[in-house]
Amino acid sequence: MPELPFPLPPLPTVAQVIFILIAVLAVVGSLMVVLARNLFHSALGLVAAFFGAAGVYIVAEAEFIGVSQVLVYVGAISTLITFAIMLTRGMMFGATSPRNRQSGTAAIITVLAFIVLAALLRAIPWPQVGEPITDGQAIIAGLGYAFVNQYVVPFLLLAMLLLVALAGAIMLARDRK
Amino acid sequence: MMNWSDALIQLQYNLGAPQELSWLVEGITYFIGAFVIANAALVLALLLIWITRKVISRIQDRIGPNRLGPYGLFQTVADAMKLLSKEDIKPKSADTLSYFIAPILSVVGVLMALAVIPFGAGLIGADLNVGVLYLVALGSIGIMAALMAGWGSNNKYALLAGFRVVAQLLSYEIPMVLAMFAPVLLVGTMRMQALSQAQSLYLGPINLGLGWFVFLLPGAFLIYFIAALAESEQTPFDLLEAESELIAGFHIEYSGMKFAMFFLAQFLNSFFLGAIAVALFLGGWQGPFAGQVPLLGPIYFLAKTFFVYIVIQWIKGTFPRVRIDQMMQFAWKVLVPLVLSLILAQMIIMKLPLPEWINMLLVLVANIAVVITVLNVMGNYFKREQVRSKRAFAPKSLIGTMQPVNSPSGD
Repeated sequence: MPELPFPLPPLPTVAQVIFILIAVLAVVGSLMVVLARNLFHSALGLVAAFFGAAGVYIVAEAEFIGVSQVLVYVGAISTLITFAIMLTRGMMFGATSPRNRQSGTAAIITVLAFIVLAALLRAIPWPQVGEPITDGQAIIAGLGYAFVNQYVVPFLLLAMLLLVALAGAIMLARDRK
Repeated sequence: MMNWSDALIQLQYNLGAPQELSWLVEGITYFIGAFVIANAALVLALLLIWITRKVISRIQDRIGPNRLGPYGLFQTVADAMKLLSKEDIKPKSADTLSYFIAPILSVVGVLMALAVIPFGAGLIGADLNVGVLYLVALGSIGIMAALMAGWGSNNKYALLAGFRVVAQLLSYEIPMVLAMFAPVLLVGTMRMQALSQAQSLYLGPINLGLGWFVFLLPGAFLIYFIAALAESEQTPFDLLEAESELIAGFHIEYSGMKFAMFFLAQFLNSFFLGAIAVALFLGGWQGPFAGQVPLLGPIYFLAKTFFVYIVIQWIKGTFPRVRIDQMMQFAWKVLVPLVLSLILAQMIIMKLPLPEWINMLLVLVANIAVVITVLNVMGNYFKREQVRSKRAFAPKSLIGTMQPVNSPSGD
């Protein structure tokens, strides 16, 4: 085998290839959200982006958060958004322009936010996970304990908030006679 | 028990695969697993449709398909060929993106469930830490597919039917999920394989494999089964389909193979919901001597799942269809409160400082109370509906003379 003049870059590992595919899905979905001419297509792009985020969680071995992401965001929130779009008059069909007068400002803010986030990512010494999760370990049980011991007050407050929202939705949708 | 993937990797090394190529070996292993599972599901669908036709025709005193192959087994293959050769129509004003993605998505969402179904000891695609939750999350893909199909067809009837599908699936998801959490609470894990393992019953050293959760949690099983019927759009909840009246709802504009994919997704979905019922409540691959002879595990699992599937078809052949208001009322006013109180009762009972068998007995009592309540509510409702419909359809002049149907036998 002849010697190469430069060292070949190392082949990406399987996990990296999977991550790249998921990242492409998330980025394409996000681009579709802002660039699509049809509002329903934007909503579909949002669903794809949510799936991409769930995939990133699963690659990071946070299966619970990944599955919850699909359950909450794809199952509930995007269905809600889709319904809102479908039931809004005149938005379902026909093109809407993705640009308006504020696009210049939005671009500046986006670039600034990106710079801040990227700097944060580089600057913060992220904690390394010590032990890989072994098979058969119940990670969800630990989460449950934390909810009812250490974080019981925020947990109950969240539950109250959801209950109030539920009651409010019923009040709004009630048949007034 | 050795996992199938470990066994397959070991086999490749034994055949002389170099250790350095471990990523390739693992890739080949997972590809084989995914390939076998996905294709087996598609072949399975042909068998499922044949079973449905045979069961329904026996109920209706017919013979059913009997021309092509032994017992008409190849009739479905011929039908699939016909669907493949049909012209692929796209409505002129349909939304291309959602119109084409929706049928694919509906099948994908169903097929992904296969990954966590434990067919036998060590025979599971991926024993996820959050297996049950994963199954729950997959339901949302089906909802998205229905919405996209309904909207993308650009047909107002398809769109309305899509809304109805979403309403039904969202409503029945809640009791189904909460009923699935009854065995999870009992075992303390969401791993499908651990849930199957927990349903063993040891008589001395021999595993009889009859510690099925359905004996302990009949109420949760009943609620799961009813909700699963609704989730898979089977009779009595097939008002979304209503083949003869509504011309199939949200996929009205689809033809050829795209229609076949919705059809396929529906059949596979009802089979897999049965498989989940088997894994969670009917002992999974457990059975007499399944511990000694591992080959019996998949056989038991498939036998139980096909039995559940045939029961679903039996219901399809005998039950009338419910109206949409009845469907919603039953979900929100009967199933959801019942399953919530059932889960709450189970959680409190399991924390009581009592011997374990008393706890289990109390759980069983709570479940039986739920079964009795469900049957009572349904029975009373059917009785009232019978009177009402008899009154509604009777000739006007006879209204005063109509008697409520209270038969002396007191049914």
